[in-house]
Amino acid sequence: MSTENERSYWASSLKILFGILCIWFIGAYGCGVIFRSWLDENAPKIGNAPFGFWMAQQGSIAIFVILLVSYAFLMNRLDRRFGYEKEST
Amino acid sequence: MSQTTWNFIFIGITFALYIGIAIRSRAGSTKEYYVASGGVSPLANGMATAADWMSAATFISMAGIIAASGYDASRFLMGWTGGFVLLTTLMVPFLRKFGKFTVPDFLGDRFYSNTARLVAVVCAIFVCMIYIMGQMRGVGIVFSRLFEIEIWMGVLIGSTIVFFYAGLGGMKGITYTQVAQYCVMVIAYTLPAIFVSLLLTGNVVPQLGLIGDFKDGVPLLEKLNQLNVELGFAEYTSGKISTLDMFCITAALMCGTAGLPHVIVRFFTVTDVKSVRISACWTLAFISVIYLTAPAIGAFARTNFIASVSEKAYAGPEGVPSWFKNWEDQGLIAWQDKNNDGVLQYSGDGAAFEGKPKFTGERGEHGQRLVENAQVESTNEVYFDRDIMVMANPEIAGLPPWVIALVMAGCIAAALSTAAGLLLVLSTSISHDLMKKVLKPDISDRQEVFYARLASLGALIVAAYFGINPPSSFVAKTVAFAFGLAASSFFPTILMGIFFKKMNREGAVTGMISGISFTFGYIIYYQFIADPGTPHLWGISPEGIGFVGMILNFVVAFVVSRFTPPPPQEVQDMVEQIRIPKGAGEATHH
Repeated sequence: MSTENERSYWASSLKILFGILCIWFIGAYGCGVIFRSWLDENAPKIGNAPFGFWMAQQGSIAIFVILLVSYAFLMNRLDRRFGYEKEST
Repeated sequence: MSQTTWNFIFIGITFALYIGIAIRSRAGSTKEYYVASGGVSPLANGMATAADWMSAATFISMAGIIAASGYDASRFLMGWTGGFVLLTTLMVPFLRKFGKFTVPDFLGDRFYSNTARLVAVVCAIFVCMIYIMGQMRGVGIVFSRLFEIEIWMGVLIGSTIVFFYAGLGGMKGITYTQVAQYCVMVIAYTLPAIFVSLLLTGNVVPQLGLIGDFKDGVPLLEKLNQLNVELGFAEYTSGKISTLDMFCITAALMCGTAGLPHVIVRFFTVTDVKSVRISACWTLAFISVIYLTAPAIGAFARTNFIASVSEKAYAGPEGVPSWFKNWEDQGLIAWQDKNNDGVLQYSGDGAAFEGKPKFTGERGEHGQRLVENAQVESTNEVYFDRDIMVMANPEIAGLPPWVIALVMAGCIAAALSTAAGLLLVLSTSISHDLMKKVLKPDISDRQEVFYARLASLGALIVAAYFGINPPSSFVAKTVAFAFGLAASSFFPTILMGIFFKKMNREGAVTGMISGISFTFGYIIYYQFIADPGTPHLWGISPEGIGFVGMILNFVVAFVVSRFTPPPPQEVQDMVEQIRIPKGAGEATHH
């Protein structure tokens, strides 16, 4: 059975996960697909590109990379905090 | 020096490099063969995975697809990169902690069921087989163009080389070869893009060129929209696909990416869970270098193509440039002078003629190659294969021959690296999941590696056969299968295995089977049985139906698991253990 430490580690990592996936969804599906036409019309242009179009072809990919870097950083910090950073094998 | 000499030099050097690396890192044990002893550095693994992920199709076709369909092509851009976010946050750290060699291993143990293992093995083999056929064909085509040999000879040369270092070297061999291949690919892809960007927009960074001004001062994308609309195409930045369909396709591609066994297995090669996360960052960063360049190449190529072809006379000094005629000689461009004015009309009201060009072997009055295809009622007279957008880019921009040779070397690197990775998963599925776990549990380590090599030879022969005799349009249509299948089977089942402790064998197996059969049935019906043009159910095309199949899988699995006994206590304990990164240990057998 899992210990108290393990349970609270899992709860914290789910929180990080949820945050990452929310931004992932808004960046890709929100800006790039669902509200794309509205953003093309109303949001400020990126250079000469309509906002939604730019998000779909460039912005979302850049966001994905940033998300993964933050995920690695946050999770590795969480591991340290809970004393999981050293391999025990 | 001539183009052919340059080609020989570049291909020769890169091949010597790949084979040299493969010989140096030959595998001895199953652990070296399957997961390179689980000791690859995150950076090297990231580069290798990026090379593995980007296939010949990505390298050659993606920019062409973007050029042809503008915004609509974003589904591939987002789908094939966004999937890595799912993969990294939801799957691989936990699977790495679990510590087995393969995905069927995880499913078999987590759901304490050989049925689950078997379904997974069959899916894995099917997905990899579909993929690898396309790669062999790609290698064959590039070779045949480079050295003016028949396609079958190109396929044979390609498969021999792949067998040499994937079959013999195993994961250790291909990982280090793929690092070299990634470097070749990234230079071959970005260098021409930089030159073209300088030429068209005066901007050295292609991504800034895309959102910058064309050389006449008009914004590039605005100019492209104008050109497209004038010729009767949809606006470049708007696209034609409905929002719902776009959503489903992107989702199916993302979840499919996260469920593809040959991608997941790459993360079993690093030392621990922490390295998995870092390695995934590197992977996506390396992939995004190419994916962020592709939209720029697409937009440049489209502008260039229209500007140098539309309303130009075929003959004469003011006529079409020489690259047009070169690619016409290769059979990838054709012109049918429907109104006999000697001028090329390129427009969006339909194809120039039915199907791919069939040349009569004679020349018309302007010197063009005549085609015998049935005419189509349209004003469009120009046919071009969209794959030329990347390969012709250096020529269109008037770059020196060594750049063209470099692009060719990049194409081959892309095809070889993907084929090698797939071959390895294929042979692992057969030797480890099928032979060792189901058919002959008592074989030794050495025998298992022997079976793996035998299986990779067998798989390669089948792949080479289909590379030489492609089942017409079958391969292109079945790509939808690969992603649909991964999205509706592997992704949801692995996810539930990790995040829902109470998910049991009955739920997982029924969910997997219903997801697969629904997706399969839908794709087969619309791709092979229904008349082309039949409206799709809910307006979702077969490319995107994997998303619906995935939801079905979840629903069925949860309903069934409510009415059947929960999984045994030791399985529930195991699930709790894989959630904690402590003591990931080495990727092992038992």
